[in-house]
This record gives sequence, C-alpha cells and structure tokens, in this order.
Amino acid sequence: MDSTMTRGLATKDIVYIALFAALTAALGLMPPIHFAGAALPPISAQSLGVMLAGAVLGAKRGGLALLLFIGLVAVGLPLLSGGRGGMGVLLGTSGGFLLAWPLCAFIIGYFVQKDATANTLKLGLYVAFGGIVVMYAAGIPWMAFVGKLGMSKVLTIMVAYIPGDLVKVVLATIVARGLRRAYPNL
Amino acid sequence: MLDLYSPGKSILHRMTPGPKMLLMMASATALFINESLPLTAAALIATLLLYRVAGLPLKTALAQVRPLLWIFVLFFAIQWYFSGLELAAYVVLRLAALILLASLVTLTTRASDMIDTMTRALTLLKPLGVNPDKVSLAISLALRFIPVLGRISAEVREAQKVRGLERSVIAVAMPMAIRAIKIADDVSDAIDSRGYRS
Repeated sequence: MDSTMTRGLATKDIVYIALFAALTAALGLMPPIHFAGAALPPISAQSLGVMLAGAVLGAKRGGLALLLFIGLVAVGLPLLSGGRGGMGVLLGTSGGFLLAWPLCAFIIGYFVQKDATANTLKLGLYVAFGGIVVMYAAGIPWMAFVGKLGMSKVLTIMVAYIPGDLVKVVLATIVARGLRRAYPNL
Repeated sequence: MLDLYSPGKSILHRMTPGPKMLLMMASATALFINESLPLTAAALIATLLLYRVAGLPLKTALAQVRPLLWIFVLFFAIQWYFSGLELAAYVVLRLAALILLASLVTLTTRASDMIDTMTRALTLLKPLGVNPDKVSLAISLALRFIPVLGRISAEVREAQKVRGLERSVIAVAMPMAIRAIKIADDVSDAIDSRGYRS
C-alpha cells in the first residue's frame, strides 16, 4: 500500500481507478433486488461499488475511482441505476448520497489501509461505517435541506433502506476479503 | 457515445458548457435563497419555457421528474401535515424547478463537450498535482471497461449455471472480481509496454 506515499499515480493505479468506476456503473445495470416484498424499498447494487472500491483499492485510489464515476454521471452519461444520470439527479433529493460516494470510498479505504491485518468482522465494520454511516451523514442533511424537512423525518424515511445496505456490507466484505487474498499486493 | 443529450440547434445547445453550468448553478442558488411561493412558481414556469426554447417537448420535461414522483408525493404529504399547504407547494415546486433546470444543462450539452470542458478546467489544478492526461486516460478506460464487465458477468453466470450455482451471489461475484482484476493487470502491462509514461 505504498501508493498513498507516492505522489503520482502509476499506470496500474489509473487502470484500477477506471476499473472500479466502471464496476460501479456495471452494478447499476443489474435489476434492483426485491428481498422483502413490498415491505422494504428495492435495493440497487450500485453502492456495492463504493464499498468495494474503498475496501480493495484503499483511500486514494478508491476515492478517485468514485470521483471519476460521479464525474461521468455529471457530464450526462446514464450510469446510475435505472439509466439515470446528469446534473438533475446529482442536485436532486438523493444528491447528497451520490456526491458523498467518493468520500465514503476514501474513508473505508483509509481504515482498511491503517489496519491492514483486520479480521473479517473489523473489515465489515469499516465498510459499514463508510458505506452506511458516512453516506447517510451526507445524504440525510441534503435531503432535509432540499425538502425543507426536519432531519428526524428524513431519517425515518431512510431507515427502510438500512437492511438492504447491511446486505451489501456483508457482500462487499466477503468479496474484498477474497480479492485481497487472491491478490495480496493490489 | 451513449449519453442523455438531446440534439438540437437552439441557443441553449450552442452555448458553451462552462458558462451554461455556471448560469445553472447561480439560478439554482437563487432558487434556494428565495422564500416566496409565487416567485418559485414563476421560476418553474420560466424553466419550462426554457425547455420550449431548447425545442424540447413537455414530455421530456416530465420524464426528468417522473422517477422522483413518489418522493414528491411523500414530501408534499409530510409538509402539508406538519407545516401547511403553502410550504408543501413551495417545497415541491422548488424541487421540480431545480431538477428541471439542472437536467436542461445535461439535455442540451454533449457528454463529450462536457468532458472536454472538464479536462480543460483541470489544467488549472496542475499546480496541485493533477495531470489532465491521466484523467483523460482514466475516462476512456472506464468507458471501455463497462461493456467488458458486462461480458465477464455473463460468462461467469453461464459457467456457474452449469454447476447449479447461478443463484449464489458470492459464487458469481468472486470469480467475476478476480477476472476483472486480471484484465486490468493485462491492460496496464499493455499500456506500459507501449511506452506510456505516467
């Protein structure tokens, strides 16, 4: 993990950044999963890309991968789930969640790099912190602001999404752990 | 390139992306500073008139807000219940105007022009260590990787179906991730062996 020390990015780093930006886009092509019938909103697999980028690539490259992804959405490519994209979605009600993605990946990566020997449970906690706590901490105030709503009301709306996000945390942790075993010097 | 651009020859289409973005940002800020319902309604009508100017049908404008319909209804209901009809109308109209305005920039600007403007703007960040050439390389690689990942996913799914594992998420995700990294390594070696200096 000496890539954070070197100032420039090697070719390999650029390719990995592009790969995880593309992975996040490709996850948006998967149909949303309904796992609790109509009781809970369907989950899109896309924020799995955020968690994986952070947990696999580390802070700098993970954050840049998601910055690249959000940049591509901002210029008008329909890369968000459901073929959405453009400035309208980024400034809309869920804009805070989306714009926080680079930061979420960065924070997951930061903890994963700092504690490289973490066991699976700890890895999962880091992923959950960046992928749920940080994301909601950015997305909920944004939604409260654009909707002129109290934070607690928005929080009540968002609680329905937490089970789906927990499923993604488990998945991301298992895949990240496997990838780090297969490629110890990613 | 597949983007959300809607071709046309209007003044909005001909405007350069930079000023268009700044104008949109300024209008969006004004929309949020303003607290009056009539002004917000006027802004929404003005935005819809801009769609006319851009030669876009009302149907296109509706398509921009349709995915958010349930959240509009939810916000309207909560605001109406807790704060009254006027605030509810204000919030929903403001949100609609914001989203329509921002989408208008996307609809009237080619993604390639937007990328050019962005890369040029990044040259300003060169003193901070940002290299626009690397950004361009990352953009083209990412766009190329999306269909590649789609193909890998289809292949892995098929292979796991033979083993009766196509419903196991991990059995599909894990080999997919490993193959993706393998391809990225090969691409990176190929770029380096052709003398790309990063």
